[in-house]
Amino acid sequence: MTGPNGSGKTSLLRILCGLLSPAEGDVRWRGERISTLGDEYFSSVTYLGHRNGVKDELNGVENLRISCGLNGISVSQDEARRLMQQVGLSDRESLPARLLSEGQRKRIALARLAASKTALWLLDEITTSLDRNAIGLVRSLIQEHLSNGGIAIVATHQDLELTTVNIERLELAT
Amino acid sequence: MLRWIVWRDLLLAWRRRTDILSTIFFFVIVVSLFPLGVGPEAQLLKAIAPGVVWVAALLSSMLSLSRLFANDYQDGTLEQMLLTPQPLYLIVLGKALAQWLVAELPLVVAAPFLGVQFGLSPETLVVLVLSLLLGTPILCLVGSIGAALTLGLRSGSILVAILVLPLYIPALIFGAGAVDASIMSTSPYPHLYLLGALLILSLIFAPWATAAALRISLE
Repeated sequence: MTGPNGSGKTSLLRILCGLLSPAEGDVRWRGERISTLGDEYFSSVTYLGHRNGVKDELNGVENLRISCGLNGISVSQDEARRLMQQVGLSDRESLPARLLSEGQRKRIALARLAASKTALWLLDEITTSLDRNAIGLVRSLIQEHLSNGGIAIVATHQDLELTTVNIERLELAT
Repeated sequence: MLRWIVWRDLLLAWRRRTDILSTIFFFVIVVSLFPLGVGPEAQLLKAIAPGVVWVAALLSSMLSLSRLFANDYQDGTLEQMLLTPQPLYLIVLGKALAQWLVAELPLVVAAPFLGVQFGLSPETLVVLVLSLLLGTPILCLVGSIGAALTLGLRSGSILVAILVLPLYIPALIFGAGAVDASIMSTSPYPHLYLLGALLILSLIFAPWATAAALRISLE
């Protein structure tokens, strides 16, 4: 999903994940309204917004384990370390997130994405403040998710160069 | 899941220990100022003790209240919590429980030591602790509604006080009333029972109201 600043990409994603209610119409997941599905819908969605959802006081492993725990996925210490390694933070895993750079905090959020087992990913400006390596990581995470039968809706200014056949492009106008 | 949210908030509070300490310190200082200001007249001190301790407890719980959701709101973890498959009711309950353990339980522990300054008898000190044990969870639960409603507003912490302090009045009346009754050597139990009833009421309704307020604030 592309479009100029202020065209409503973020609003659309927030409506799709149920944080915002639409002025008109409704959002349906597998034929049912998300407002009636309630918490059940949230078990199939992962939303990654502008704000990373990373706690400054906690280190990467703690951030990951706690947010996964709240989502009902138990991630062991070793598993969390492995995920931190996957997103390139293996030597920074015991530092509190406030000491990390913006891009590194985004990588913690990416680790959460990698650990999630949801079918629908809603990613808002996922490539912001990421270096080229990390963008490659995002691409491979999304590719893997899609090849496992998942859906990803990505708002972006930058072409992610995905190589899957099933890509639809939505261009929002102001 | 309640376990995760409580564990998370306790861990965060531990990493920000100064916040907890400042609340306790505030409570201790405010209560200690009264004997110094009023003078050493034993009868007068005894008469004002229940009100002073309880009002100080209300004020110091206000101090930590604005932090309950504000930090999570700013870094986006609150919206992530809204999107978890757990009922928001449970998440709010977990956060209120952690808040009580961190910000209120220390006050309950400190209260009997402060009561000694006012010349309260041991029996009255027991009633004071009991009334605070029953009453402070009400402060957390009712206060969470105000904290959720004022989320993202500037000067939210003052607004929280204006919104929430009137709602604290029943807890204050019965809490201080129980201690008063004990000083007058009458039974404090009617007050404590009513305080217990208020606690049950706020356990049922407050998290639900807070959850609704959070959904509105995050739109």
